[in-house]
Amino acid sequence: MPSFNSSMPAPGSASPVPAARANPFAPRRGGARRAESAVRWVFRLATYFILACGLYIFGDIIVKGLPTVARGFQTTESFPYFTNTFLARPPETLHVFEHDGEKREMGDAAFRAFREAEAAKASAAGEPAPRFDTSSYAYASGGILPNIVGTVLLVLGSMAIALVVGVSAAVYLGEYARDTALVRFIRLAILNLAGVPSIVYGLFGVGLFVVFLGWGTSLLAGWFTLAFMVLPVIITASEEALRSVPKGFREASLALGATKWQTIRTNVLPYALPGILTSSILGVARVAGETAPIMFTAAFAVSDRLPWQVEKWSDFFFQGVMALPYHIYVVSSKIPQNEYTERVQYGTAFVFLAIVALIAATSIVLRNKLRGRYRW
Amino acid sequence: MEPSSSAASAPAARPLAAPPPPAAANDPAQTLIEIENLDFYYGAKQALSDINIRIPEKRVTAFIGPSGCGKSTLLRCLNRMNDLIDGASVKRGSIRIRGVDIHGRDVDPIELRKRVGMVFQKSNPFPKSIYENIAYGLRIQGIKNKPRLDEVVEKSLRGAALWDEVKDRLHESGLGLSGGQQQRLCIARTIAVEPDIILMDEPCSALDPIATAKVEELVHELKKQFTIIIVTHSMQQAARCSDMTAFFYLGKLVEFDATHNIFMNPKNPQTEAYVSGRFG
Repeated sequence: MPSFNSSMPAPGSASPVPAARANPFAPRRGGARRAESAVRWVFRLATYFILACGLYIFGDIIVKGLPTVARGFQTTESFPYFTNTFLARPPETLHVFEHDGEKREMGDAAFRAFREAEAAKASAAGEPAPRFDTSSYAYASGGILPNIVGTVLLVLGSMAIALVVGVSAAVYLGEYARDTALVRFIRLAILNLAGVPSIVYGLFGVGLFVVFLGWGTSLLAGWFTLAFMVLPVIITASEEALRSVPKGFREASLALGATKWQTIRTNVLPYALPGILTSSILGVARVAGETAPIMFTAAFAVSDRLPWQVEKWSDFFFQGVMALPYHIYVVSSKIPQNEYTERVQYGTAFVFLAIVALIAATSIVLRNKLRGRYRW
Repeated sequence: MEPSSSAASAPAARPLAAPPPPAAANDPAQTLIEIENLDFYYGAKQALSDINIRIPEKRVTAFIGPSGCGKSTLLRCLNRMNDLIDGASVKRGSIRIRGVDIHGRDVDPIELRKRVGMVFQKSNPFPKSIYENIAYGLRIQGIKNKPRLDEVVEKSLRGAALWDEVKDRLHESGLGLSGGQQQRLCIARTIAVEPDIILMDEPCSALDPIATAKVEELVHELKKQFTIIIVTHSMQQAARCSDMTAFFYLGKLVEFDATHNIFMNPKNPQTEAYVSGRFG
């Protein structure tokens, strides 16, 4: 065992260090030490458990979903010479049948063309039109383009509404309102709203926007319903972000004769923006992912047009859209399950994860840019 | 800006041509700020009671006293920064600047603060460039004219004895400056809007002795143009750079007199005990 005092005398020391009788710093056995290592293991295992669960879920979705997307890649005749049917086509029914002793899988449009071609071939040969004994699987062919478009539209619209209303409310509560009982009550109410289940927001949206205001199942109703759902998170987090801006900036600005709004606009909000963006990243993930609020207010199981294919522009806001989370819900619980629907389920989940990750990454990059600009 | 006139040439019609306080009888300075019977409360807690003081124009007035004596509170009354604190209010008395009651109905605190600037204890430059820090006060008044802004920035930085140190990096962040430079930047930012009065709330409490000396020198320079009120914990600082000194204790004004009288010949035994370091 190495002794604490070295046998070599320290250079320049007047008197040698007296030899230590025993190491006073030797570890002691006891309850506190055992508890220390036990607790550390509990924390460590909890973390690893979460990590394992997350990895399993993501891995499962990627392993089963990626082939669906990969299978969609096709070359085309004209620019850009490739396409992905899963990302760029609406959903179709899949027809599975046997032909000339081999098993064929075809989307609805392809199958109709194939059947007509076969019938023409048969009539040219003077034979009766062939009959195909097909099994049909709804949604199992084609892609999810309208769902991607619908989800992106829902996210953009509802986040725009939620940020404008939420940041305004946060500025009011944090900067203008005096700390009265009423304001404290409003804050508490907002905090509690964050815990309300999303289906309740969905029903609220049906009652207010769809029925009472007569907007029907529409983008607009979905925007407002989703916006209301994330508002509590945005308000609370924005208020926190505003609070973290040092008081000195406000005082210095006001002392120079700036009005309150000038102060907030130039010397509070810009510095709070990174924090507000952080909270909106969480908001984006939630808005994109929730099924319950949109299933009665905005989502269609099937829509034969893309959202911009409307007759007049005002129809844009009053049309229902297909959306990724609702599509996952429909294909995994509303239709008979088989090997063909599983592809769509996992493919959709994979694309959905990728989109949320992309939006979150963009917000994080934007936030870090802003953070770099203002430091104190 | 008000024309700077000496007491002798002041017309009788001036609202504040009141006789100067007796302590400053041989000082020709005119009274600029007149505080009468001021009671100030934070909620139910009284912070200032019955303050009466007349602060002369173009002089440096120091507020001294132990922590919690109300000197900072009184300072922040003068530009109504206390309005920002919930429950803070003047319950009695008045503060008049050039004869105008600053709590009057026809006084806009925004306009008041343009005339009564403030330098804070903790230097607080905005996280913007040095140039933008100084131009801020003008920009919020809607001045966009670039040559005019350039001119004011240079003049203010020169006025705050900072120009030579920063003229090559005007567009770098003000937060890259040293503590003392930051505080002088804050002073430059304050004088850029050409106030009549500059309030300084312990401006040197976070600075080293050399930076402190520079700020004190600056204060001496600035009093030619501005009326300065400085709150300080350092009695040496009050003695070095002020013309008048007010000693506060427990929310009351104990003594207000020319600085050399306060330090050499205080009338009140409490003042004497404080300035000689026996308490506080």
